[in-house]
Amino acid sequence: MTNKSILGLAALAVALSYGSCKPKDASTAVSGDAAVKAYVPPGKYDEFYNFVSGGFSGQMAVYGLPSGRLFRVVPVFSVDPEKGYGYSEESKPMLNTSHGFVPWDDLHHPELSQTNGEIDGRWVFGNANNTPRVARIDLTTFRTAEIIELPNSAGNHSSPFITENTEYVVAGTRFSVPVGDNLDVPIDTYKKNFKGTISFISVAKEGAMDIAFQLLLPGVNFDLSHAGKGPSHGWFFFSCYNSEQANTLLEVNASQRDKDFILAVNWKKAEEYLKAGKGIKKQVKYAHNVWSDETHSAKSEIRTEVTVLDPTELKDICYFIPCPKSPHGCDVDPTGEYIVGSGKLAALIPVFSFTKMQKAIGDKAFDGDFGGIPVIKYEAALHGEVKKPGLGPLHTEFDGKGNAYTSFFVSSEIVKWNIKDLAVLDRAPTFYSIGHLCIPGGDSKKPSPKYVIAYNKITKDRYLPTGPELAQSAQIYDISGDKMQLINDFPTIGEPHYAQAAPASVIMPNSVKIFKIEENKNPYVSKGEKEAKVVREGNKVHVYMTSIRSHFSPDNIEGIKIGDEVYFHVTNLEQDWDIPHGFAIKGANNAELLIMPGETQTLKWVPDRVGVFPMYCTDFCSALHQEMQGYVRVSPAGSNVPLTFSLGKLPAADTASKK
Amino acid sequence: MKKFLIVSGLAALFLACGGGEEKKSESAASTPAGAEPAASAPASGGDASKGIGKFTKVDVSPTLDVKMAESGQTVFDVKCAACHKLTDERLVGPGWKGVTTRRTPEWIMNFATNVDEMLAKDADAQAQLEICLVRMPNQNLTDDDARHVLEFMRKNDGVK
Repeated sequence: MTNKSILGLAALAVALSYGSCKPKDASTAVSGDAAVKAYVPPGKYDEFYNFVSGGFSGQMAVYGLPSGRLFRVVPVFSVDPEKGYGYSEESKPMLNTSHGFVPWDDLHHPELSQTNGEIDGRWVFGNANNTPRVARIDLTTFRTAEIIELPNSAGNHSSPFITENTEYVVAGTRFSVPVGDNLDVPIDTYKKNFKGTISFISVAKEGAMDIAFQLLLPGVNFDLSHAGKGPSHGWFFFSCYNSEQANTLLEVNASQRDKDFILAVNWKKAEEYLKAGKGIKKQVKYAHNVWSDETHSAKSEIRTEVTVLDPTELKDICYFIPCPKSPHGCDVDPTGEYIVGSGKLAALIPVFSFTKMQKAIGDKAFDGDFGGIPVIKYEAALHGEVKKPGLGPLHTEFDGKGNAYTSFFVSSEIVKWNIKDLAVLDRAPTFYSIGHLCIPGGDSKKPSPKYVIAYNKITKDRYLPTGPELAQSAQIYDISGDKMQLINDFPTIGEPHYAQAAPASVIMPNSVKIFKIEENKNPYVSKGEKEAKVVREGNKVHVYMTSIRSHFSPDNIEGIKIGDEVYFHVTNLEQDWDIPHGFAIKGANNAELLIMPGETQTLKWVPDRVGVFPMYCTDFCSALHQEMQGYVRVSPAGSNVPLTFSLGKLPAADTASKK
Repeated sequence: MKKFLIVSGLAALFLACGGGEEKKSESAASTPAGAEPAASAPASGGDASKGIGKFTKVDVSPTLDVKMAESGQTVFDVKCAACHKLTDERLVGPGWKGVTTRRTPEWIMNFATNVDEMLAKDADAQAQLEICLVRMPNQNLTDDDARHVLEFMRKNDGVK
């Protein structure tokens, strides 16, 4: 949720919350045993992993629940100098796109892979909202394993939600744009020339992503989505707004109509059309980047073709369901029968029935069409409405016990309600202005309903102030009883949008400890100090370097000249868990390397002046870590200082004359 | 360097009253939190010369197994040579010359495969750490790797 209009309402929300007589003070909201419930003693493990989007940080953070302890920030769409991600020669291709190297993006939604509708702990996906991409993070290494760019797309927001066996991960355009051959059109020809697209990315057994097909749709803003499950498996649901098709001042112009839509997509039907050859191949350009744990490096390839299906021609793939007031969240309950739409500006929550929707399609209970797609009659698909639940419903998660938990941005609260009879059961304030919320497994067939976590946009007076820019936050509520109980909160990195959580037992046993040095296939690996060397190829100098507690080999290098490009290929010879080594050299215009045991990583260094340059290990490794250092001598261009390298040779002056 | 007999005598003393020492050992960093370290008794019913670990009896032939020694050298090149010389000179860790006469085969293989527990509990290993001050890395040697490295050490010590 980054909508400007929503953010504009933030101040109002806070003002309202202060003005109202609801208890909005933490001291009144936290009851006595909260500390016990949230306390994880030192040395004990948390019960759940919580994968939280970093929003405009472009990364994904991993926290423990219920402690809120931060374990790792996984670099995904933004460079991370701390880890060398996007700076090492090996990782640079991960951020390649059809626009070239893109060092930043905006990650909104993590989605854990599923098998039979249950979280399986293999991967977590993330979407790039700005330069549209989907990433797959490997949960054995907690590293980004693959990134695929999306052609014909802008603002990949309704992504990366998955089908119940991770057959597909989807990506829908928040910004409709002109697609096809004629891209240079006036902006005010939106209605005529702008299109939305939805991509279905297939996910192979071992994880490889490929764009199976794209649906070409009317120009609207696709917002969020969720797959059907159980009886509705085979369908996917996308919320959309701006059915006004405005191209300016959307805050006002896209909020005119009483209802926008949820788009229901029969993807099994789309598969049939694809098989029957009804797709049209379009020439496009997009990057596909894959990381290898064998070569410890990434490869990027540019692909040039995508298959497009046109649902205005292929009539029975897509249907619109009217949904009140700029729907945002689009959530499917664990049974797969109920689809909850959340109109950001609505004062009710519509709940649709999959069974009724199917009947309506059978009966052709349509209310005309929108852009050539049939519009199902609202009442024909409606299970019912939750009346007066709060202001500004955004997202809904489920407990698997027949209840739904919906976040309300404007009224800053979580509301628990019953799906069948639509009665409100409980409400709890959040501090302040909740966006997404998460129950572990809360969008799967099998939630673990112990906690609901609120991800808040505004913290104001909640923490010690840090100037104008404040942390955003997460708040944990125990939901094991009838009433929600606030037990903990913690600040987050960037902006938390969606988050997912999984029991530790699903992920922890598969965590990789080291990379086996014997299996290292990096072309510049040094398997042992015997293979350490320095090789000149024209003005490129390759340093094959090893690191082990606590020295580099070689650690004295001479014969580098101005005009050289030096590549430090550092292999970490350690084979022990939690012993990375770092590498940094003075004046490097990029970053450090952080090299895991058994791995090889490369830092490019272009010396800009004559002198002797120290290099050192940046990650404290042993009692003699401070001794883990070396020198590189840089001579003027055309100098006849021979290229030499050594380790442990004294005095240093002798090595200069030695071959 | 201390004489073997003296060291092993001290080791016996440490082991006899060492229960309290274990808890403050550095190895906590590589032991999963919450999991109590498995209490493995010294090999062979308290024979400290064999160290601590799964190897309680290693059969060593009077002659060299050339193939094993070659394989051991390959492991040495990749995983050991950065810190150990083949002479008696200390680099990061002690030189290997004479190691097979200073230590039992079981001690060597237990140390190579069970570093953290050995450094936490074995007096010989701890005495060596006081000299070198760098904890020997756990290089994740397989049992076979360790046996092959032992054979390479024997070759280095002149076994034909």
